[in-house]
Amino acid sequence: MEVDEPVRLPRLPRVAVCGGTHGNELSGVYLVRELLKDLREKDAEDGGPLSVLVVLSNPRATQQCRRYIDVDLNRCFSHATLNGPVPDASPYEIILSRKLNALLGPKGGQGAVDLVCDLHNTTANMGLCFIAYSDSDWICLHIFKHLQMPDMPMRFIHYDVSKKESYSLDSVGKHGFALEIGPQPHGVVRSTNYTAMKVGVQHVLDWVRHFNSGSVFEGGFVDVFTMVKKIDYPRDSQTHNITAAVHPHLQDRDFCLLRPEDPLFQTFSGEALTYKGSEPLYPFFINECAYYEKGVALSLARKRRVAVPPIRAQTEEDKQASFASEEEE
Amino acid sequence: MEVDEPVRLPRLPRVAVCGGTHGNELSGVYLVRELLKDLREKDAEDGGPLSVLVVLSNPRATQQCRRYIDVDLNRCFSHATLNGPVPDASPYEIILSRKLNALLGPKGGQGAVDLVCDLHNTTANMGLCFIAYSDSDWICLHIFKHLQRQMPDMPMRFIHYDVSKKESYSLDSVGKHGFALEIGPQPHGVVRSTNYTAMKVGVQHVLDWVRHFNSGSVFEGGFVDVFTMVKKIDYPRDSQTHNITAAVHPHLQDRDFCLLRPEDPLFQTFSGEALTYKGSEPLYPFFINECAYYEKGVALSLARKRRVAVPPIRAQTEEDKQASFASEEEE
Repeated sequence: MEVDEPVRLPRLPRVAVCGGTHGNELSGVYLVRELLKDLREKDAEDGGPLSVLVVLSNPRATQQCRRYIDVDLNRCFSHATLNGPVPDASPYEIILSRKLNALLGPKGGQGAVDLVCDLHNTTANMGLCFIAYSDSDWICLHIFKHLQMPDMPMRFIHYDVSKKESYSLDSVGKHGFALEIGPQPHGVVRSTNYTAMKVGVQHVLDWVRHFNSGSVFEGGFVDVFTMVKKIDYPRDSQTHNITAAVHPHLQDRDFCLLRPEDPLFQTFSGEALTYKGSEPLYPFFINECAYYEKGVALSLARKRRVAVPPIRAQTEEDKQASFASEEEE
Repeated sequence: MEVDEPVRLPRLPRVAVCGGTHGNELSGVYLVRELLKDLREKDAEDGGPLSVLVVLSNPRATQQCRRYIDVDLNRCFSHATLNGPVPDASPYEIILSRKLNALLGPKGGQGAVDLVCDLHNTTANMGLCFIAYSDSDWICLHIFKHLQRQMPDMPMRFIHYDVSKKESYSLDSVGKHGFALEIGPQPHGVVRSTNYTAMKVGVQHVLDWVRHFNSGSVFEGGFVDVFTMVKKIDYPRDSQTHNITAAVHPHLQDRDFCLLRPEDPLFQTFSGEALTYKGSEPLYPFFINECAYYEKGVALSLARKRRVAVPPIRAQTEEDKQASFASEEEE
């Protein structure tokens, strides 16, 4: 095989676009509603129809404009949770996750959708981010490379979690990622974020159509931010209330390198607390509203440059050849 | 009386600082918690003690980091609501409003606190705002002027809702004087350090002003630009689902207090169409895209601006009080 021979990957006939996984993250809620108005199968030029499922993931939370009703839906998709017992009095989101797994999965199975694009907002100043479990899923990395949007800062975030342990909605498909846009207050829709998400999703679907039609996508490099650790707010030992806010010098500085001794927090009585780690790292999800209750003031990542090979869709011949070689073995 | 003779107003011995009236507006929640650590009576230099009550208004909503449990507490203080019947199954905030009225009021009565300063945050880009029911309450206007001088880098505006004392419904209407101190932008459920600090410094200046006022200082007159709310505009909505069909237009987003003229962009639909302002009068928008107002049917509020002349003021002395009793007896 030549060095620059494109990696051949299965086509992606079924894509799911999900919004309202958190009911108060409104760019995705309104985009899904808008897409549902236009629901039809789109034909790719060569490769046959692309089936796009548009899903409002958490209808009750969306109707009440809350992140969730009982438990965070986006933590309900681990194999353990999907396959465990479901007594009648189960939390709403546990029951909902089974339905979503039936619709888009089953997770890990042949019938799962090929790609899940799950839409989110954050109160952190993160611009547009892809969040994925793998730093070597060439489909997700190529889609990210394709999504260059003017005036929109974009980063690829990697949570080093095995497929087995993965717990979010986007892990139900054969490929998946969360598309996160911020800053935006929860419960608010800002026009520029909505438009960026709408354009972003269009580019994702366009890329899939081109891929399915046999286009070759050149290789290249992507800077990947791999989450290393999280830092909680300082808290009162008795009440557990937070005793400091993110320091003004750190607030809104997502993806700006945080060095040892840099300001981290400012207590409510005015004292500055500094970063005590030994390694400079890249902060993100700085001051995300929904993470106060999860004990996370900010997350920290290492950055590295990942080489992404050229890719193209498998053809029918490729598939026959691969069956044939399996039979020989 | 000479033209520049200060208006004499009763001293303000009791001030209430309230936070967490909306449980997810966190600058006030954390400031009240911090102030409660330091709770003590402060002596003014001349005028006697200033009693500062620090109150976490809505404890259950604060604990759950929600705006309210059943109903918006900051709409529960009209005379009708405070004096109506309270069956056992009443909303949490209705019962709570009675307790707050007993603590800080009774509204309209002699025993009410002299000043209520109620702390709020907004997702709108409003900087620091005072919100009051009157554009001629010289106490509130003088406190605002004082804060403007002390915090020159903070964008600061005075908003007036032209609602009679009788119809007033918010917590700050329980005191003899009162105002909401609103800081934004901040997402609900988030505390941003700069907003917290601005609120902390602002409240200190409010209390300092009251001490100086109580000690007999004369405060020069001047002018304040007052924004009087005229109308509100809702989002365009789907007639069947009632869901909003557009967001605030990018050209208007974050432009609180920048004049909105007829035909200026107002909304952008989710399918990309621009909708423009159809009013005939240029007005000043504020509370643009406030999260909590979606359910109240308000995308933005609109105000007229005018310059209000504020007279010099000073606290009434004991002699002033005696003289006024004497003249009442003569009548």
